[in-house]
Amino acid sequence: MAKGVIHEFVKGLWEEVPPFRLVLGLCPTLAVTKTVENAIGMGVAVIFVLTCSNVIISFLRNLIPKQVRIACFIVVIATFVTIVELVMQAFTYPLYLKLGIFIPLIVVNCILLGRAEAFASKNGVLLSLADGLGIGIGYTLALSALASFREILGYGTFYHISVFGPSFKPFSFMVKAPGAFVCLGLMLCIMNMLKKK
Amino acid sequence: MRDMLKLFLAVTIFSAVSGGLLSLVRSSTQARIEYQQLKFVKGPTLKEIMKGCQNDPIVDRFKLKFGKSNKTIFIGVFNGKPKAIALEAFGKGFGGEIGVIVGIDVETDKIIGIGVTTHHETPGVGSRAKTDPSFREQFKGLSVATSFKVKADGGQIDAVTGATISSRGVCSAVNDAVQAYKKLKPEILKKLRSFRS
Repeated sequence: MAKGVIHEFVKGLWEEVPPFRLVLGLCPTLAVTKTVENAIGMGVAVIFVLTCSNVIISFLRNLIPKQVRIACFIVVIATFVTIVELVMQAFTYPLYLKLGIFIPLIVVNCILLGRAEAFASKNGVLLSLADGLGIGIGYTLALSALASFREILGYGTFYHISVFGPSFKPFSFMVKAPGAFVCLGLMLCIMNMLKKK
Repeated sequence: MRDMLKLFLAVTIFSAVSGGLLSLVRSSTQARIEYQQLKFVKGPTLKEIMKGCQNDPIVDRFKLKFGKSNKTIFIGVFNGKPKAIALEAFGKGFGGEIGVIVGIDVETDKIIGIGVTTHHETPGVGSRAKTDPSFREQFKGLSVATSFKVKADGGQIDAVTGATISSRGVCSAVNDAVQAYKKLKPEILKKLRSFRS
């Protein structure tokens, strides 16, 4: 049992890390990875929603009728997303302004519904908790890695701290939308090369 | 038929529980969210106007009924006495509504400062109504009995170069604010007397 829990947790960190291996949830991945701060904020929101919805859905999995399961999953996910949105507004208002529409959009993020449908509705509470935490943390790490590249090259800073000093001329391409695609593509390529070996 | 009822019940119960939970979270975060919004949207402007006050005007605020809506009045404490108030009004600018906070000394009925909060004016031209201190300074010390107009309209305010419409918008917002102040003054004084006494 303990081995299973660890396996479900660890798989989210490398084997099934959402944006790179499953290539899911790309819309916020591309949009919020301009700075590391935004990426971590988004990641924490996803960890919270994913873990809570996984636990609740797996807890109630035998009570939810098959025909309306998607509607029930969405209600659970939307509830937690709204809670995150309100809490963010109350405590980290500047971050809320920066992430803007991407917090409410977590509701329609494929990762959440995907985990609910593919995992939480078929497995026990403990395994679903591990799965939610693993995938959530994996997502956060992936966003942070992508954001580090883009922020360091695009602004010359890391977490708003200057890296190269004032003489650095930033690649403003990296913080624009095409830069996000190029960066994501390169990271996918590196991960695939590592996997092959 | 029984199956239908089951589906219906499942979705209804899910939605009802979620709705209840959300209204609970909302009511417990509402006051804080309002404070955060005021702090980050109006806070910097308000601080500039109430320079040297001994309290936090965002905390010490009250609402008064004005026409159909409520006006939020911010209190500024100077030398241990609630001496100044600030209120926001809107004027029509070049790109939309301009929000202006006007600070008024209630003892002398003179303006202690104004500041633009939200606007959609042309960056670098109309936006200087917000950023250029020499434009703002012109309102300082004028009595609330003044009718505020730009010089082109026969008034006393030098418009921002190239942005007469934006400047007009600010003037009309200031006029609205002082009108509201004059109308609400008895109620404001009553509130100030009962403030911390």
